[in-house]
Amino acid sequence: MLDLLTNPLTKPKVRHDNGVVRARGGPDAQAPTILDPMIQVKDVNLKYGAKQALFDVNLDIPGKKATAFIGPSGCGKTTLLRCLNRLNDLIDNVTITGAIRVHGVDIYAPQVDVSELRKRVGMVFQKSNPFPKSIFDNVAYGPRIFGTRNSRVDQIVETSLRSAALWDEVKDRLHESGLGLSGGQQQRLCIARALAVEPEVLLMDEPCSALDPIATGKIEELIHSLKTQYTIVIVTHNMQQAARVSDYTGFFLMGEMVEFDETSKIFTNPRDRRTEDYITGRFG
Amino acid sequence: MRQFWKSGDPFVWLTGGALALSLVMVAWLVVQVMVNGLGFFWPSPVVRLTLTDGEILLGQITEREAIPTPGAPAGTAVHHRVQIKVGNRDLYGADFVWVDEAKIAKRETPAEAILIQRLEWGNLYGTIKAVKDGGHVVAEGPEAGWAAVQERLPETLRVSREAERIEKKEIGAINTAQERIRLRLRRLELQGVANGTEVESLQREMATLQAKYLEHEAALKALRQGLISSVVVAAAGGKEKDLPLAQIVRAYFPNTLGLLGKARFYLAKLWEFTADDPRESNTEGGIFPAIFGTVMMVMIMSLMVTPLGVLAAFFLREYAKQGPFVSAVRIAVNNLAGVPSIVFGVFAVGFFIYFIGGGIDRLFFPEALPTPTFGTGGILWASLTLALLTVPVVIVATEEGLAAIPGGMREASLALGATKFETTWRVVLPAVMPSILTGLILAMARAAGEVAPLMITGVVKLAPALPVDGFFPFLHLERKFMHLGFHIYDVGFQSPNVDAARPMVYSTAFLLLLVVLVLNLAAIVIRNQLRKKYAATAF
Repeated sequence: MLDLLTNPLTKPKVRHDNGVVRARGGPDAQAPTILDPMIQVKDVNLKYGAKQALFDVNLDIPGKKATAFIGPSGCGKTTLLRCLNRLNDLIDNVTITGAIRVHGVDIYAPQVDVSELRKRVGMVFQKSNPFPKSIFDNVAYGPRIFGTRNSRVDQIVETSLRSAALWDEVKDRLHESGLGLSGGQQQRLCIARALAVEPEVLLMDEPCSALDPIATGKIEELIHSLKTQYTIVIVTHNMQQAARVSDYTGFFLMGEMVEFDETSKIFTNPRDRRTEDYITGRFG
Repeated sequence: MRQFWKSGDPFVWLTGGALALSLVMVAWLVVQVMVNGLGFFWPSPVVRLTLTDGEILLGQITEREAIPTPGAPAGTAVHHRVQIKVGNRDLYGADFVWVDEAKIAKRETPAEAILIQRLEWGNLYGTIKAVKDGGHVVAEGPEAGWAAVQERLPETLRVSREAERIEKKEIGAINTAQERIRLRLRRLELQGVANGTEVESLQREMATLQAKYLEHEAALKALRQGLISSVVVAAAGGKEKDLPLAQIVRAYFPNTLGLLGKARFYLAKLWEFTADDPRESNTEGGIFPAIFGTVMMVMIMSLMVTPLGVLAAFFLREYAKQGPFVSAVRIAVNNLAGVPSIVFGVFAVGFFIYFIGGGIDRLFFPEALPTPTFGTGGILWASLTLALLTVPVVIVATEEGLAAIPGGMREASLALGATKFETTWRVVLPAVMPSILTGLILAMARAAGEVAPLMITGVVKLAPALPVDGFFPFLHLERKFMHLGFHIYDVGFQSPNVDAARPMVYSTAFLLLLVVLVLNLAAIVIRNQLRKKYAATAF
């Protein structure tokens, strides 16, 4: 892992093979098989009106790992991410076919409680978006929605802020506006807010794109520590970031998932020509 | 020259000039209203004018103007004339006279000239000749007379107050109770119950009340008969007036008042103006019922227009599917704000008053018919009309506020598992609150100044009672009420005594401006606090 941080393109000395069985067979072997995946994406097609944004995406996301989606702008990675907590439901004229299963449950089935799904699959957005409320109220928002008792809310707020590595910076001004924090702090506040409802999966949509390198470093550190407890799916434009924080990487191009594999494999030994072109900077 | 145009300066001058011109015009209007409205209460001296033909006039000079001489060659000396408020309407018929300055032989300000404000017939100018108790002269001459008057006034005032209290409180309560019993009897009669225990007990109650009423009436008569003192005032021109002391509102010698005395008098007049009921068909006394009615109407209107407008705006922006239909609705709402207010008034008379109000009367108040209860103009209908008139303003302001809330805020809430309603209630509504208040401020300003639709939906020249009083159910939304805007119209253009009433136009207009200002300031303060609390500037 340390190697990856310094030089993303070198082969790591230690291989992590947890739960992964390499597909046997010849050179046409595709993605690795993941045992007991947290999220299964099966033959997903998505259309915004007449415009198709995802084509037959198949993907297994392992639990308690960080998975990165990379690819050029408009390739569908954010669209796929927003399918995972059904946030695309808010947009008119979206048609989705195929199946997405979380813990084996089809989340697009009619009997699924969207609130419950979003509680279990939390999300952090590209632009930090704290509510115009106090830091405390921001974090307490989710638990209060779900009717948590006030006595427990205090504790949840503290744990969440500690998990988001923000507690020490804000513990003396919990009742000041969340909008008074710096950009990086705001983003960590949003992470704390997402953690407060105790999700299993944390979706991150380019969480560092608006941050400076130092704030980015802090968030990346945070992702490292969070992935021991949460399943993290992160969309990023920054290939170094993907290499630094993720265990698995999926490469998307024009709505198709071109390749999905362990991060080290993708960056050192991509199977697909297009992946190689992209990560070596020939386009994108 | 080209350089000058290119520099952009002319445009700066043009825009700045336009702003300055608007501000100057508004400031001029406000100053004009303020000076005339507030200056009216300052006591001016009483002058005695001896005219060249020997006639003597006593009164206050209210105006001076050049005599128009059409067709006169340029350079002709301009002559002036003055308007004098001579009062004594009961003696000489006219309150005001115009006198050419050329005809005035002598001007004096006699110290013994007294000005008496009366409950009826306006001001009395003159000198005290005598004071009588039950027809017997007890003091003679200005000085002794004034001493006697001062001695007797407090007692007279106390008795008058007591009489007024009995009249308003005790007899008022009896009247209300009697009216209630009459309506209950009538209801029983409509149900076909003409006799029985209930009817009898009601009739007994009625009889007790009647007896009580007669008691109070007798007490009142006794009180009034105790008021036997009167003052005889000699008016200019030889006539005399024997004025009962109970008729006096205020008596003073304007020409001997010092600055402090004048200031005290000024404040007392100002207080009377804002806190008292009007007298003498609105040309004297105060305008408290109009202030009260205006504020209450605006409050009721706010209570009705805010939920209605906000809910409508939320539907348009948050729930409705954006498309040609919603756009059409939006345009229609915007245009609704431009519909002349009298149209709303006519609609309100037809729909609210006759249809809904009439329906309420038939359903709930059949015993009072043919006297309408809700089926006639009232503060509820007037407020509802104004709510209808101003609802587009609230909708537009709220919608703009909703559009300005970043989508990320809603998504953040939804992504945490909140439902759409929870998101709307806990995130969107607090954030849009300042915009709602902006809309409400605009709505209140418009409503407070509106007159035309009110004239046909419940505003009257003189309301016998306030819409809030001590009798159950305390809030009487069906009552007619007074309104500052209509009061200006009534006093300025419908008054039987235009000259006496004109200064009241300024004072009333000033007060209306003040009421609107206070209402708006209150809303602005609340809005700024909310803005501070929910500042969404970081987005």
